[in-house]
Amino acid sequence: MDSNGCYHCGDNLEDKVIKFDDKKFCCNGCKTVYEIFSTNDLSYYYELQSAAGATPKAIEGKYDFLKSAAIVDRLLEFNDDKLQIVNLYIPHIHCSSCIWILENLNKLSPHINTSQVDFPKKTVRVTYQSNALSLQELVILLARIGYEPYISLDDYDNKKKSIDRSLVYQLGVAGFAFGNVMFLSFPDYFDLSSSAYSGGEFWLNRYQHIFRWLMFVFSLPVVFYAGKDYFISAFKGLRSNILNIDVPIALGIAVLFLRSTLEIAFDWGNGFFDSLTGLVFFLLLGKFFQQKTYAFLSFERDYKSYFPIAVTRLTAEGKEETTQVHDIKKGDRLLIRNEELIPVDGILINGNANIDYSFVTGESEAVKKKSGDKVFAGGKQLHGVIEMEVLKSVSQSYLTQLWSNAVFKTDSSNKFQSLTDSIGKRFTIVVLSIAFASAAFWLFYDPSKAMNVFTAVLIIACPCAISLAAPFTLGNMLRIFGQRKFYLKNTQTIEQLAQIDTAIFDKTGTITTTEKSTATYEGMPLTAAEESLIKNTLRASNHPLSRSLYAMLAEQNIVTLDEYEEHLGKGLGGAKGGRSVKIGSADFVTNELENDTLNTAVHISSNEEYKGKYVFHNEYREGVEEVFQAMSKTLKLAVLSGDNEGEKKRLEELLPKLTPLYFNQKPQQKLDFIKSLQEKGNKIVMVGDGLNDAGALAQAEVGIAISENVAIFSPACDGILDATKFKQLFSYIFASRKAMKIIKLSFVLSLFYNIIGLYFAVSGQLQPVIAAILMPLSSISVVAFATIMTNLIGKKLK
Amino acid sequence: MSVIYLLLAISVVVAIIFFVAFIFSVKSGQYDDSFTPSVRMLFEDELVKKKPKDELQIDKKSIQLKE
Repeated sequence: MDSNGCYHCGDNLEDKVIKFDDKKFCCNGCKTVYEIFSTNDLSYYYELQSAAGATPKAIEGKYDFLKSAAIVDRLLEFNDDKLQIVNLYIPHIHCSSCIWILENLNKLSPHINTSQVDFPKKTVRVTYQSNALSLQELVILLARIGYEPYISLDDYDNKKKSIDRSLVYQLGVAGFAFGNVMFLSFPDYFDLSSSAYSGGEFWLNRYQHIFRWLMFVFSLPVVFYAGKDYFISAFKGLRSNILNIDVPIALGIAVLFLRSTLEIAFDWGNGFFDSLTGLVFFLLLGKFFQQKTYAFLSFERDYKSYFPIAVTRLTAEGKEETTQVHDIKKGDRLLIRNEELIPVDGILINGNANIDYSFVTGESEAVKKKSGDKVFAGGKQLHGVIEMEVLKSVSQSYLTQLWSNAVFKTDSSNKFQSLTDSIGKRFTIVVLSIAFASAAFWLFYDPSKAMNVFTAVLIIACPCAISLAAPFTLGNMLRIFGQRKFYLKNTQTIEQLAQIDTAIFDKTGTITTTEKSTATYEGMPLTAAEESLIKNTLRASNHPLSRSLYAMLAEQNIVTLDEYEEHLGKGLGGAKGGRSVKIGSADFVTNELENDTLNTAVHISSNEEYKGKYVFHNEYREGVEEVFQAMSKTLKLAVLSGDNEGEKKRLEELLPKLTPLYFNQKPQQKLDFIKSLQEKGNKIVMVGDGLNDAGALAQAEVGIAISENVAIFSPACDGILDATKFKQLFSYIFASRKAMKIIKLSFVLSLFYNIIGLYFAVSGQLQPVIAAILMPLSSISVVAFATIMTNLIGKKLK
Repeated sequence: MSVIYLLLAISVVVAIIFFVAFIFSVKSGQYDDSFTPSVRMLFEDELVKKKPKDELQIDKKSIQLKE
């Protein structure tokens, strides 16, 4: 066990250590959770995985909205008089200890019947007796043990999405029929010339009808159920005048089925039912392989996923009541508690507002507001309670109105034509002309064979291998990227990523880390005694800036201060032996308002005499310079920042020369900027992180969100990149280009098989057994080629 | 030789039984979460033994800590 960390959550124990039961804890919260677990015989939790817990946060009053029956009713999955079932999303679920403790909730409360964790989705489904335990009590219980559920407006609006399992059913049907048809066609395989005239086996000839009609029966569900999507897609394509790859496939399936049926009906031969069912099975297998989803990630999130369901409204009589976010009207007074999100734009009325806009901008440092200031939706209040008056309703707020833009309503995937589809168009034209030409030739030469040849061409040219190349190549790339923490929404994103020629970056939180951990000192030099005093004063403060400044300053002896005071939202004061320091904002230290608003600074004064300030800088991610240098060779680059120009100089030094930098960009401006580039014909990848980038991410061909914690926060996008992998970004784009080359090579390979097959078909010698060998052979070699090549690419990626 | 009808019928019926079983298992959501059950099955035994062993384990831990 790691004795340096907190026994419960594993955080570094800094200065304050709480000892309990011979174990060390970082705070009272962690200790309390340990007490709860150990008194309920649940300390096995700590043995499965050491330090698996999370520090419980203050939740007082936060879940009051769960008292409202209307809200609770929409969250529940099942509800009768005695029993309720709820499915809660808990972001902290991350290890086997989490599963174990959450599935033993009934030890903590006798009114919980069962609880079941779905680890990939990070959810827990709890069945409990509603007459003895309310949903609010359940949620508070979970929050108290560090597993706070995430309940957002999204849960409230979308009621239970049913899981689409139709592809699994279709694959099951096709596989089932394929196996049985293969088994039933064995007699024919053994006795290849099995017609009564050429002297085949008597037994086989006698019973061949029953075998053939059974095969026919098995192929019915394959054609009309498992393969129906190909017909629908081909029909839709034709109706909008597009020859997609599904047209030759649907044609192939239809011709296979009709010709086989006619053959057995008129006793001409035994049909191609084995090839037919095999074809559909392989095609669906490709589709299934392509369908890699990351259950714990969501690519469709909008502001609703982050906004609370309900907030506290103050009535005219000064009473508190819980109101649903949608019902907030202009002029209402809201009470925003510690750690609560501000749902609408408004004016601060009273309280010390210290608002964290990191959801919106990626900027982690909290912004202070005074009463009378405007506050915007999306900010999270830290430390204490504030009151605000509403200026705009939810959907009209500064941030949320971004989602009324048309870009969020159109599905961009429809516009994109994939490589397979563009090849499918030419392929269909060529196949049809070969089919008609050879049929015309045989009409003159030997009319009895013309129909036979025509259908044989359509059967053998059915582009099974071609349509498998893309799903297997891209599906495998998707998995390889996923293993390297680059999660993409679907395989189409890889194709689009391979085509981009412009890369646009957000600044704060994207190319900089969210922590501000470097600072430089400007001003009069400090004496050793002052430095020691400053360090010791900072030691007691929990403010993020104090913590990072404390970590940066040189090690000092620990002394006990004579005086120490913390002014919330302003600064610190400390005194020792007749010397005093003030550390904090400009108006606290010097009684003057900050004149340099571009940078974050902590000012210092000693014995009421101004000394200087520590200026904090954004720290750039490791490898930013290299990534930009490498990209600038082949891509156009730009930086769009919502921030002021304070960092302009440093950025110019860091990035390749002449990289355009734009500052003070509003969310809508970012979106418009990308649109204007697209109108010039550029294909764009946008890399961003906050909700303010959401419009730009949706507008760009590929929107990639950078996230420090992929499971918890990311705006709607096409891909999520783990922040630690930022410097690999270009190599991932490069790998997608290579993947497209593999697909093209696979097409060549499968065309080679098609030409062999066409030789048999055109010359009128196509036997069912040749089709039955050639088709799986071409499919399997294309799949093997695609898989091996993508794995080779994957090996080179970090 | 008409026993072939019987054999075929049996084989088809057996195949269909398994097919229906597959459909039902998909429908009941058995394949929706393929990860958690693999972890869960390792818990059961420890849970039962938990109570008597509890104090012992804590002692062991505290000895380790002192070192």
